[in-house]
Amino acid sequence: MHRLELRIGPVSFRIGSAWQRPLDQLRRLYAGYPPAETPCDFTVRLEPARPWRRFVRPSLTITGDYWLPDTAPLPLSLGLLAAEMGMNLQMALGQRRYLLLHAAAVEREGRAVLMTGLSGAGKSTLAALLGERGWRFMGDEFALLGLDDGLLHAFPRAVSLKNEALPLFAGVVAERLGPLLEGTPKGTIRHLRPDREAIMRMDEPARPVLILFPRFGADLASAVRPVGAAEVFVRLTQASTNYVALAERGFAALTGLVTAVPGRAIDYANGGEAVALVETLWEETR
Amino acid sequence: MSAAAVARLLADPGSAAEVKDWTSILAAARAESLAGSLAFRLKGMTLPEKVELLLEDARTGAEAGRTQALWEAEMARRALAPLGVPVILLKGTAYAAAGLEAATGRSIGDLDILVPREALPDVERALLADGWEWVKEDPYDDLYYRQWMHELPPLIHSTRDRMIDVHHTILPLTARPKPDAEALLLASIPLGDGLQILHPADMVVHAAAHLFADGDLAGGLRNLWDIDRLLREFSSRGYEFTVELRERAWEHQLEPAVARALRLARALYGTPVDHALAGRRQATDSLFLRRLVARDGWGRPTRRGLRFAFYLRSHWLRMPPLMLARHLWRKARR
Repeated sequence: MHRLELRIGPVSFRIGSAWQRPLDQLRRLYAGYPPAETPCDFTVRLEPARPWRRFVRPSLTITGDYWLPDTAPLPLSLGLLAAEMGMNLQMALGQRRYLLLHAAAVEREGRAVLMTGLSGAGKSTLAALLGERGWRFMGDEFALLGLDDGLLHAFPRAVSLKNEALPLFAGVVAERLGPLLEGTPKGTIRHLRPDREAIMRMDEPARPVLILFPRFGADLASAVRPVGAAEVFVRLTQASTNYVALAERGFAALTGLVTAVPGRAIDYANGGEAVALVETLWEETR
Repeated sequence: MSAAAVARLLADPGSAAEVKDWTSILAAARAESLAGSLAFRLKGMTLPEKVELLLEDARTGAEAGRTQALWEAEMARRALAPLGVPVILLKGTAYAAAGLEAATGRSIGDLDILVPREALPDVERALLADGWEWVKEDPYDDLYYRQWMHELPPLIHSTRDRMIDVHHTILPLTARPKPDAEALLLASIPLGDGLQILHPADMVVHAAAHLFADGDLAGGLRNLWDIDRLLREFSSRGYEFTVELRERAWEHQLEPAVARALRLARALYGTPVDHALAGRRQATDSLFLRRLVARDGWGRPTRRGLRFAFYLRSHWLRMPPLMLARHLWRKARR
């Protein structure tokens, strides 16, 4: 078993793989991240789907401390994606120290914006765009809400840029980009390492001041709609994988968040519009 | 570091100071569903900060799981109360409901209950009417369960997503030992809320039967830890328990399974046991021990051949040869 340890924010992973290549890709993508803490929080394993699949048309299954039955194997060429999915899986099923929200987050002046919504709503792209324009990127997949402090803790994994979002980041230095992954279940994906600031400051939590529900659509008119606390609450319970498991502490943390922080749904047709909307709304929370 | 190391730590928490690779311990413990049990076992010890943090997570997780399991039992109680039939909790939920030491940190999956066989059709109807639905739709499996198994085909609750296994006895009907289901019901102990648990001796017999007279030892390390905890707690209550356990093991035709459980618990966890009932060490004990700890520090199953042998054994225990042949033929053609 080849081995790599990785720390992202407060969570350390031990990743074991039957092949060296996915780990090399991972090491390159996460260059500059701090060393893992011992012991690691979670173990991820990338194993041949069948013993002979190590060599013949290699395909891997994602497993680890926590796993789901009947997950479809991926070809070795998507090993990097598999490692990322493996880490997501551990967080989604095993995280108990933070309320886990399926959301992106960015921060400026210690005040954070949470962006949540269905897959494809554009939260990843938007968070990454903001990260390139003076905001601190805190994560595009999971936001960690502290159960005791009510603060957002950064989990700045590599951003997974999908299909049409790719050209928006054509300008970044090549060194920050992972290999082009074609034919994934979500189309073409390329990972982007967050900028230096996001990595240097990953241990700094931030106070959430705004919860956004972005919606991207080429023909949508730019719009903002307030979302009431009750609706935000329900939508965030649906966006959390461990809300039920955390029981009363999860409820307390989430009610604390939605009563203190305003919610807004935003529609936008392009990235520039979205960035402007976020900045205006963020200013208004002062 | 591996499942064997997890077992050593459970038996002797004092050895925690010597652990070098906690990541492996945690991975093996999680894979064996023993993370919560281990975390409680190590509670109060001076350990590295990050280890303590992760063990605290495991304790929190186990506590939430316990609440959820007890709630599920309450849901079943409400669904079945109008029938007026005895409902006996089994395994993890029973340990939790009875406040037994075995429940400390224990992971609890499905809800297992035992009801009188003649009440099965009513129980099934009541559960289906209250939101539970079938997991398997395959007619062969369904018929197989109803004809030969000691339980209904598993049901899952449509909104709470939790499984319930409704037993009418503790071993498949095709297994060679024939436990006395009526005696289990008669000796059961009311918890005061309308639910019941097995008599302590029956509880141990059931745990041993489940582990050594049925199944392929998957999750065996956890199940044997249950047995260790139960034996220690019940034995401390006095001499009577030892006598009862001998009697009940004999009555349910499960002396060999109980004896094996005692010997292996003693070997792995240092459990004090009744030497007369445990009997002489058998050559096969070491195979069982090796199978119980067949997992490495990555959480991967090891000893593929031995695992497969125990898998075959589980079928052999379950059915007479001709029936086994027909069953495997049927499954293979699917």
